Amino acid sequence: MDEVIVVRNLTKRFGAFTAVDDISFEVKKGEIFGFLGANGAGKTTVIRMLCGLSKPSSGNALVGGFDIRHQSEKIKANIGYMSQRFSLYEDLKVWENIKLFAGIYGMKKKDIAIKTDILLEELGFESQKETLVSALPLGWKQKLAFSVAIFHNPKVVFLDEPTGGVDPVVRRQFWELIYKTAEKGITVFVTTHYMDEAEYCDRISIMVDGRIEALDTPRALKEKFSSDSIDDIFYQLARNAKRKED
Amino acid sequence: MKAVRVNNISKAYKGKLALEDISFEVEKGELFGIIGPDGAGKTTLFRIMTTLILADEGEAKVDDYDVVKDYKLIRERVGYMPGRFSLYQDLTVIENLDFFASLFNTTVEENYDLIKDIYKQIEPFKDRRAGALSGGMKQKLALSCALIHKPSVLFLDEPTTGVDPVSRKEFWHMLKNLQKQGITIVVSTPYMDEANLCNRIALINNGEFLDIDSPQNLIKKFPKKLYSVEGDNMPKLLKTLRANDNIETCFSFGDCCHITLNNETKDNDYKEIQPSIEDYFIRLSK
Repeated sequence: MDEVIVVRNLTKRFGAFTAVDDISFEVKKGEIFGFLGANGAGKTTVIRMLCGLSKPSSGNALVGGFDIRHQSEKIKANIGYMSQRFSLYEDLKVWENIKLFAGIYGMKKKDIAIKTDILLEELGFESQKETLVSALPLGWKQKLAFSVAIFHNPKVVFLDEPTGGVDPVVRRQFWELIYKTAEKGITVFVTTHYMDEAEYCDRISIMVDGRIEALDTPRALKEKFSSDSIDDIFYQLARNAKRKED
Repeated sequence: MKAVRVNNISKAYKGKLALEDISFEVEKGELFGIIGPDGAGKTTLFRIMTTLILADEGEAKVDDYDVVKDYKLIRERVGYMPGRFSLYQDLTVIENLDFFASLFNTTVEENYDLIKDIYKQIEPFKDRRAGALSGGMKQKLALSCALIHKPSVLFLDEPTTGVDPVSRKEFWHMLKNLQKQGITIVVSTPYMDEANLCNRIALINNGEFLDIDSPQNLIKKFPKKLYSVEGDNMPKLLKTLRANDNIETCFSFGDCCHITLNNETKDNDYKEIQPSIEDYFIRLSK
């Protein structure tokens, strides 16, 4: 029961094109799992399936103990999701965004009100409660978006390039939020194009052309590939990709 | 003649300062990087240099033409690739290219040499609509369109944002080749590791330039000794280091932490290392 994500022979075809090709792996409770790959390797397709938004062509996966083929509504209540492109509504205030998303994730009104104040205090955002999200600096937005994604205490949170374009100091603060979240027992499934961030994960996988070509702890991968950086390993694996396109 | 000359440019949106007193010059044939996070003011600066918006104060010149008085002349001679994909999605690859060529009274054939290396990678898809291209192909098409009139200065606003590390390396390789053909390139990026590929860079944060110099010179300006400390568990390592009173700053960098000390002690166990641009940026932006 320690495994929060179990993927077995997961495959997704679009017509003659196999976007995700028979992948299998597990992710443990409270683990920070880095999901790397070149553009077009199939990462987004996998995440969409694990979030219950798209059905596999063959194979299956359990997320939080629920089957992605038949229990997608249960999955949606037990995961959080945040991406760089879509995170919060710019024209709503900070507290309105929290209320909206907490409601969507099925939280009770009373719980939302109490937890909102606790969250704002934790983030040091008390004075920004009434601020429109559009007026927040990007780094703050990303921290808030992340907090909103785990507000309902999901089993897994999916982060799709959460730190793209964020300044170097805030990027590191963001990772400290990730560590804290994992310590609470929430599994973090994260994609990134910053290879230094790959080193902060407990384990990482590297996807090439729809398949997982490497999966282990950063240290073990560096030993296996006789390399001193994940950047170098990524380059070794991904430059041979046949498809570089989404 | 300088390729770009910017003097004391400031710009505010609804009372909020986006750029504050920016000045710099770009030499002919230089690859000049503007490096900083989203929201730092990079796009505003690019739009001023490419005559798309007006600065509130200061002046800017491209190839000695003034961005206000001579805006038409500048538009003829610069290439601009905005951060957001701005080609016609319902035209095919070749239709987009022909269209941009005809806007500048030229043809694809006339300047084919310049775009050849980039365009040939998307040529097999030349009859596909631009909207149906992948991210990487769109980027190559946009660069081809920005180059088709053989611009003297090429402005690229965050061409590699959201692009994976392998494709980013390839893109910079293309830029280096364009530079060899005599084109001045001004490029912005939030990725600090790309700084080293530029001749000179400006570090930008909150609308201000923090410093301008070659990457080699910038890291020499790092004011303290920088040490690297390794550890298996980053949260634990950070906690331990922060509890140490003699550690002035401490930031994670991959599998280790980079630290500076309040007081340099003899025979400390830390390994001294060369600072990177990211170390220097963090130092300046605090």
